[in-house]
Amino acid sequence: MTFSLILEQVLNGLQSGIMLFLMAAGLTLIFGVMGLINLAHGSLYMVGAFCAAAVAGLTGSFVLGLAAALAGAALAGALIELVVIRRLYARDHLDQVLATFALILIFSEGTRWVFGSFPLYLDVPDALSGPVALPLGIQYPAYRLAIIVVGLVVAAGLFWLIGRTRLGIRIRAGENDREMIAALGVDIGRLYTIVFALGAALAGLAGALVGAIQSVQVGMGEPVLILAFVVIVIGGIGSIKGAFIGALLVGLTDTLGRIFLPELFKLVMEPSAATQAGSALAQIAIYVLMAAVLVWRPTGLFGARA
Amino acid sequence: MSTGQIGGQPPNPRGIFGPKKQGREALLNALVLLGLVIVPLWAVMADEPFTITLVTRAVIFALAAVGLNIALGLGGLVSLGHAVFFGIGGYAMGILAWHAQNYVPLFEWPVLFEGTKSMPVIWAVAVLASALAAFCIGLLSLRTSGVYFIMITLAFGQMFYYFAISWARYGGEDGMSIYVRNGFPGLNTLDPIQFYGLCLAALLLGLLLHARLRRAPFGLALNAARQAPERVRAVGLDPLRLRLLAFTLSGAITGLAGALFADLNRFVSPTMFSWQLSGEFIVFIILGGTARLFGPVVGAVLFVLMEHWLGALTEYWHIGFGALLLLIVLFGQGGVIGLIAGKARAHD
Amino acid sequence: MTEILSTRGLCKAFGALTATDDVSLTLRAGEIHALIGPNGAGKSTLIAQIGGALSPDRGQVFLDGEDVTALPVPARARKGLARTFQISQLAQQDTVLQNVLLAAIGAARQPWRFWRPALSDAALRGRAEAALTRVGLEDHAATVTAELSHGQRRLLEIAVALTLSPKAFLMDEPMAGLGAEGAARLVPLLRDLKAEAPILLVEHDMDAVFALADRISVLVSGRVIATGTADEIRRNAAVRAAYLGDAA
Repeated sequence: MTFSLILEQVLNGLQSGIMLFLMAAGLTLIFGVMGLINLAHGSLYMVGAFCAAAVAGLTGSFVLGLAAALAGAALAGALIELVVIRRLYARDHLDQVLATFALILIFSEGTRWVFGSFPLYLDVPDALSGPVALPLGIQYPAYRLAIIVVGLVVAAGLFWLIGRTRLGIRIRAGENDREMIAALGVDIGRLYTIVFALGAALAGLAGALVGAIQSVQVGMGEPVLILAFVVIVIGGIGSIKGAFIGALLVGLTDTLGRIFLPELFKLVMEPSAATQAGSALAQIAIYVLMAAVLVWRPTGLFGARA
Repeated sequence: MSTGQIGGQPPNPRGIFGPKKQGREALLNALVLLGLVIVPLWAVMADEPFTITLVTRAVIFALAAVGLNIALGLGGLVSLGHAVFFGIGGYAMGILAWHAQNYVPLFEWPVLFEGTKSMPVIWAVAVLASALAAFCIGLLSLRTSGVYFIMITLAFGQMFYYFAISWARYGGEDGMSIYVRNGFPGLNTLDPIQFYGLCLAALLLGLLLHARLRRAPFGLALNAARQAPERVRAVGLDPLRLRLLAFTLSGAITGLAGALFADLNRFVSPTMFSWQLSGEFIVFIILGGTARLFGPVVGAVLFVLMEHWLGALTEYWHIGFGALLLLIVLFGQGGVIGLIAGKARAHD
Repeated sequence: MTEILSTRGLCKAFGALTATDDVSLTLRAGEIHALIGPNGAGKSTLIAQIGGALSPDRGQVFLDGEDVTALPVPARARKGLARTFQISQLAQQDTVLQNVLLAAIGAARQPWRFWRPALSDAALRGRAEAALTRVGLEDHAATVTAELSHGQRRLLEIAVALTLSPKAFLMDEPMAGLGAEGAARLVPLLRDLKAEAPILLVEHDMDAVFALADRISVLVSGRVIATGTADEIRRNAAVRAAYLGDAA
């Protein structure tokens, strides 16, 4: 096990963590502002990936594909917000779970209907298809490095948006006192649609970016959705900062666990058993992390103290 | 922020429609029960074993949802991870029977144990194992409430799913096949109708337990803990303990359903742990109607019928099912029983 | 006289805000001790510390001679402290009888019974029905709680506390929202109850307080500025200053 391998795995962990952040940020924002738990967020991730794959396939342009992912997911988000989601804000969480579960069924089967059951492939753009040489003699795929950078830029943009802009002020006000900002003449309905579409666009972007590394297929969104839930439980609900820290923790734990836990077990067990036990434990490492955080701080690292 | 513990049904005045509508619900329940007895018997006469399998599937799903309904309906705990217990029940059957059929000892110390093909033993193990899992998951997740609880139970479900996939010894992603259905003393379980009888008996016991529970002191306290936890504390009871026990019981019953489901298919795989299944269990309850004793039964039967009929019409029947579910959630409070029998009343 | 409930030097601060400042109170057998004070004086915070929902930064709470400071709400309830809530905490979808049965179940410490209906347990039911009769709600036993009038809900709050057969009552504004007439009807009931167990009464309705209370404590900015009989409180310069802004 060399130092450069470790560093490469750290970068991989960072990359998956940042993609998770894009998912978790939208979820936590939507929960924080509207008090809504949205299971269909994974569907928006899938919609983004399919839009990107379809448009990139037609035009041959990855950038156009990304634009389509953002637009498609935001549009799908705005649409479901207007038609379904806004009827759920006043409902209890059970109704929200059920209605958004129903949306998953509709999105998944609808996508299967249009695109079929076979995975689509989204090609990494040529300019980024090779490795880049990093310091210390590390060769790292340029595309993965690029999505780390894109993810960080989007994260910075999001922090700026929430912290420094008029829209951000309204969003934060909406988290605290929606009657008051409604009384101040802010169009709450429109604010909610915008926040929902923003969250959807982030999910769609993540789906498209990850879609070029993995395959684009129906059902790709839900495992990521559940990981994003783990991120939120760890980071604390409603906190963008918590989502960021939580996402990096989960991304790193998951990636590094898969590589190093079997190695670690080999120190005390015979190799084949160690590989089995190590990889089984690696599969559940992030949930163990979540359980530990729950015991230590039930409202998450950055959540409001209950 | 709402606590996310569900509110159940709005109370209904003891108005002039009260007794009549309640009578209608009782009649509906009786009809459902009658159907669950007559249809399989008809299928035996008509030599339609597939119909028996279909009804058995519905009855087992109903039992799983009856289990969930103790946590959800009485306790207000929206668990989106109940497939964990279904899967544990299934793997309890799978592991015990796999060792028995392959003559590989499960453990040799303190006594040699080669697994078993006996249903009662398998059921006991399934119930205990899923109760233990529910206790542990409950202990962690009940520290939180509302939307946290939903996300955490969902996450633990995924944890078990991935663990099952990586557990190569017991089939990993492919699961395990059991060649011959397990046995029950005095019955021929290979006969579909006899196996069905066992499943129906389990469902009836589950329903009886639920019916007794909700009127017993425990159910009354649990139900109050959902509505007014501060009050429950103020009379000297601990809502957390009530919920933890409800969650444990709930998991145990769903675990039993999992063991039966595994025996129905003679197959277990990680999909028994999937989040979709957890979601579907909740859907069964809502489809039939929350706060209804027979809600899970009506919901599960409807689901299996739709799966069968709509599934035969189109491969994409989930679209229609999703749309129906959406309509029921948005506009049809009270589920199907609610449509037929009117709103739920405070039970007494 | 015996002290049933007392606090000694309770302090609680939230950041820079001192909500409870060295509060020592006693509740003696057979009395109604009213706690009054302007809005924001820290009454709710104090009640929460006595009931066990909040733990104080310093100081102790004693119930029947025993230090209960470290005990959570349910344990204090089991030791004999029964409270009512300013905003009714009742199982709205359950019947009136079920709400008092809950208290009977708590008092009998029998929540772990799974089979026999609570309603068919004569001991539980008898205890619950007696409390309903005591407050005059016996005709509404089968009514769903959400359908009760506001005043009836206040009575049910008291019936639930009464079912616990407590050593002391902790009543948080039992007359809130009742209006003068409703409050006047509650006065004889509370006067009757104090013989059973003394009442620490937080109340805004001054007519009721001065009619009922054997002793009154005035809480201002988290401090008890005066304790005494109704007459003593009326004449107290510090109280007049706090309420009327008189130069003391």
